[in-house]
Amino acid sequence: MSPAIEVRDVRRTFRVRGGLMAPDRHVVAVDGVSFEVPSGGVLGVVGESGCGKSTLARLILGLLEPESGDILVDGQHALSMDRRARARLIQPVFQDPFASLNPLRRVRDIVGLPLSAQGGIQRSEIARRVDEMLERVGLTTEMGQRLPAQLSGGQRQRVAIARALVLRPRIVVCDEPTSALDVSVQAQILNLLAELRADLKLTYLFISHNLAVVEHVATEVAVMYLGRIVERAPTDRLFAAPEHPYTKALLASVLTPEPGLGVPDVGLGDILPDPANIPPGCRFHPRCPMAEERCRSETPPMRQRPDGMVECLLVP
Amino acid sequence: MSAALLEVENLRVEFGGRIAAVRGASVTVARGETHCLVGESGCGKSVTALAVMSLLARGARRSADRLAFDGIDLRDMGETAMSRLRGHRMAMIFQEPMTSLNPAYTVGSQMTEVLRRHKGATRAAATDRAAELLGRVGITAPGLRLGQFPHQLSGGLRQRVMIAMALMCDPELLVADEPTTALDVTVQAQILRLLATLQRDLGLGLLLITHDLGVVARVAHRVSVMYAGEVVESAPTAELFAAPRHPYTRGLLDCVPVPGKVARNAPLGSIPGVVPRIAPGFAGCAFRDRCGQVNASCAGIIPRRTVGAGHAMLCRLEPGWTGAGATP
Repeated sequence: MSPAIEVRDVRRTFRVRGGLMAPDRHVVAVDGVSFEVPSGGVLGVVGESGCGKSTLARLILGLLEPESGDILVDGQHALSMDRRARARLIQPVFQDPFASLNPLRRVRDIVGLPLSAQGGIQRSEIARRVDEMLERVGLTTEMGQRLPAQLSGGQRQRVAIARALVLRPRIVVCDEPTSALDVSVQAQILNLLAELRADLKLTYLFISHNLAVVEHVATEVAVMYLGRIVERAPTDRLFAAPEHPYTKALLASVLTPEPGLGVPDVGLGDILPDPANIPPGCRFHPRCPMAEERCRSETPPMRQRPDGMVECLLVP
Repeated sequence: MSAALLEVENLRVEFGGRIAAVRGASVTVARGETHCLVGESGCGKSVTALAVMSLLARGARRSADRLAFDGIDLRDMGETAMSRLRGHRMAMIFQEPMTSLNPAYTVGSQMTEVLRRHKGATRAAATDRAAELLGRVGITAPGLRLGQFPHQLSGGLRQRVMIAMALMCDPELLVADEPTTALDVTVQAQILRLLATLQRDLGLGLLLITHDLGVVARVAHRVSVMYAGEVVESAPTAELFAAPRHPYTRGLLDCVPVPGKVARNAPLGSIPGVVPRIAPGFAGCAFRDRCGQVNASCAGIIPRRTVGAGHAMLCRLEPGWTGAGATP
């Protein structure tokens, strides 16, 4: 069986208007990214804001065109697919359920829209499948009559999940699905996503800046920095034995609820990454606590690992 | 420990007589102490902070048995007197630095205004002080930043500017409402370290509001867990995490995924339902509809029990109760 998602050397830049007199700038959002997600797997994608996580999600969903490289979803090119066929295969769940649901539509219409957009499905059949899906995500069919404003944040995210699953896709791209939620509600949504994945045999691309959440849900983790994946490994190995200095810094910055440990010094300094101005050599070198002279000029090679890779001059 | 810098006893805040946002909360902050308020959204954490700073919206009714800063009663203080304290001896940092900095003024003019207004400093002296503080909060090239507008700064830089601005007049109390929630984890760690260092060096009292139990564990000396406008449990940090007593506190702790501690394929604990909106005159425990330990007496008067040294909870349960946290 082909992998659920296959990304081959994908690159995407955006042009930012420079304003009066200033030249336009090119922001490199995704810069030569390759990976596969096997069917039934959960790839967690972590990194700071501006590292290209969300651009990657939009490329895989077919909402953006790559400048170069290939994106295959279930063995088919994401962009050349018929939109309706693509919708039956891959669906998104976004961060903010306040922004991703139409405030003027009732819940049942929001969840039913992907079905009616397919065409040729009878209204009674749509109603039946919407009710079934609402119950599946832990809402009542009565809530179908409500407007998003009448729901709590957790209930709204359940509606977004119901809408994503109503076409029974194989793949769900979750872009920070719990970042806007309280920790108690986050736990409910994470449990629901895990349950649905097991029952419906789903594959997830799970984007989050919260490493503790990624550790809990992902089978494999990719760490992004300024548009590139700098390390990818099975979750257990990445958390137990991170190789890239950036991965180490990210892991060090996770504040677990353990008193007495204080706040760690992550050692990244005060320079912040700027995707419009990617440093030469290793792009992480200005912030890297281990950087050597050669990191300023030499491009780090990609070193293969069993089930993963790391891109750093300092690791053997 | 020296006398409390901030004393809040039995604070109540109501909006329009229909919503009781804070219902008898008590909090103290000593000099050099970090006291964290933690709880879900809608628990009254931010309203408590705004009530302390006298920044509540019009239409809010505030009352308290005691509300004092360094022994000064704030309850009947007029706006003029309060505005002399605010930004001067007591300062506040908000969650979203983009909405709390004025987009139409440079960083420098916003920072210097505080000092010129409160202490009558000259423009040159205030600018020197602003540059010094920007350096202090880890901003390189402070001179450049003073001439920039907020939109030209990254989120982490803006939050540092907010902190530097709050420190302009050497405050004794800093109230910080989710100061790192909008930031990346790497920047969050830097900002929290900075706050801890400043606090140690300057002897600040810090009232820190957060929903992140990881932040609480790492920076707080003392924690108060709020639920539906009440402090349901309060304890020294190590004690609270080692021996949480209130079912709500236990429920919150069970929800947090901890790498290496919570089994990967096991479901996380969760608290069913949401924080209720409470009307004035509500009786009994507000958590009872979500609690796994509920019984008939939860609708009655709930005792505040001392369950350890400096450790109190608002619950009918005996301190040594066992059983499921919040999940039935």
